[in-house]
Amino acid sequence: MNFPALFRAKEKPAGWNQPTVMKTHGEGDLLEVAMGPHHPSTHGVFRMDVALDGERVIRLKPVFGYLHRNHEKIAEGISYLASMPYTDRLDYICPITNNWAYALAVEKLTGQEVPERAEYLRVITGELTRFQNHASSIGFLIQEMGASGTPLMYAFREREKILDLFEELTGARMMVNYMRFGGCRVDATPAWLDKTRVVVAGLGGFVDEFEKLLRSNEILMARTQGVGILKPELAVNAGVTGPMLRASGVDYDIRKVDQYGIYDRFKFRVPLGDHGDVYDRFMIRMLEMRESIGILEQALKDIPGGPVMDPKAKSRGFRPKPGEVYGRIEAPKGELGFYLISDGGPNPYRYRVRPPSLINLTVLEDMCLGADVADVVLIFGSVDIVLGEVDR
Amino acid sequence: MKTVEEIKAAIEAAVPRAGVEIVSNPSVSAQHSLRLAPGCALEVAKFLRDDAELALDFLSNVTGVDWPDKEIAEKVKVTRAVTKTVDGVEQTVEETVEETSKRVVPGCLEAVYHLYSVKLKHGPVVLRMRTVNRTDQVELPSLTPIWRSAEFQEREVFDLYGIVFAGHHDLRRLLMWPEFKDHPMRRDYLEPDDFEFEPTAHDVVLARAEAHRAAHPGASSDQEGAKA
Repeated sequence: MNFPALFRAKEKPAGWNQPTVMKTHGEGDLLEVAMGPHHPSTHGVFRMDVALDGERVIRLKPVFGYLHRNHEKIAEGISYLASMPYTDRLDYICPITNNWAYALAVEKLTGQEVPERAEYLRVITGELTRFQNHASSIGFLIQEMGASGTPLMYAFREREKILDLFEELTGARMMVNYMRFGGCRVDATPAWLDKTRVVVAGLGGFVDEFEKLLRSNEILMARTQGVGILKPELAVNAGVTGPMLRASGVDYDIRKVDQYGIYDRFKFRVPLGDHGDVYDRFMIRMLEMRESIGILEQALKDIPGGPVMDPKAKSRGFRPKPGEVYGRIEAPKGELGFYLISDGGPNPYRYRVRPPSLINLTVLEDMCLGADVADVVLIFGSVDIVLGEVDR
Repeated sequence: MKTVEEIKAAIEAAVPRAGVEIVSNPSVSAQHSLRLAPGCALEVAKFLRDDAELALDFLSNVTGVDWPDKEIAEKVKVTRAVTKTVDGVEQTVEETVEETSKRVVPGCLEAVYHLYSVKLKHGPVVLRMRTVNRTDQVELPSLTPIWRSAEFQEREVFDLYGIVFAGHHDLRRLLMWPEFKDHPMRRDYLEPDDFEFEPTAHDVVLARAEAHRAAHPGASSDQEGAKA
């Protein structure tokens, strides 16, 4: 094979991979460090350009785009339904909630109704997703603190049980492609529901164990309390959503505010933090896991029979009337929204994903300023991002 | 929550020269939006955030939309006097002919903002702003001074659509790399000839690669083929 021109290395400027050292006004030398894109704590390919004065962070600029594939452009070139499996790949830890947000937006655009059983299945799978996301994000956070393995494996043991349920229901563990406009793709068998009841009955014990292991751990408290404080005013102004916003003490849960789907039927509380530090974010996730178990128990008790797809839902020749819509749900990471413009054609004219992971990173610099570089890893971990969604 | 008409009236009472227009949304969702004149947008945004009854303190979503120049073909019936030979005699006859006339509706770039209130738990209120055209007058005021959540999202719109947000403190590309030219989310975007990184080019890709190499002797950069 002959590829002379193809693989010619580009010339690099002298010193291109050396850290830059710069002088400031008598304060000493500042060290600029590029953390990432392959730093193990960045959960993927993400870079923070950090300027350090000794151990102290004095500037932090996130750099995005290493996983960018222009999901929105792809979706504008294919039909509405064809984007559904692509949404799995946004936040690949929680594919079900991505499906749900997209289905909800399209249903709002066309006025499509969803059968009751499908709504229950959405809540059950959605809350299972939230549970496993929170469990594994706590696991990752503790892992980054230096507790290699054990807590993360505890979390992954439960996640594995939930992924097994997804596999049995949808045929895939992660890339589930489960929702449709007007319902869900497949129905749950009575045996699946029984299995889910058994798994959910065991989740409470797991949370007790996990909390007992971590909550009053001295190292965890020392490393996370008072670190990365986010004030509620800034959190709201910067568009922070999800557990991060509630850890700062702002009572805003879209399940309560919009009551989308059938969330008005379930009793659950919205846990709120009062310090807005890393420890609060960790605890909020722990408490939300308990609320999710409560919702799951209610939903599994009340789930009615009936179809899981609206028989009037159009699967072929799907062309919404011209118009636009913004639909949003409370995804495990925050407000996941889809903005769609239809021009009456088979493809969306405009398809936009509002990624909670990206927008929650707006305040990363504010939280990290003045912190030690070792704490940057923890603060970043407490935001809980997935790069598939940040870069889209 | 107030209706769009009431919000429009409230804005016009507070900012007299606001020039707010209601853009109706014919779909079932009925999320009507308000189009702001870019000149007063910052004042209006400040009012929407600080007004006690609206208190839209949470900017959820910022995005761009590209509306390219549209050529509209219209069929018009034109009556003309035509000289014709009827039965060997030359006559002037009035005849109605259908003619197609074309006119071009100039395109623009649009920024869309979705606002909610965390304090009063209502929303969404949709704001839109339009640039003058798609080429040289693409400036809009940045709303980042009012809502920080626009910071990354406006950078993304600048990156992918090319709207320049005046007053943004750090307007750089967000997802594409700094040396990248063009704006990928525009409807008329052409992908650059980056096929040359295809390790085993064949068929169509090989043909394109050869055409590209002929046009760009010695080039290996993936940016050579991108239009400026």
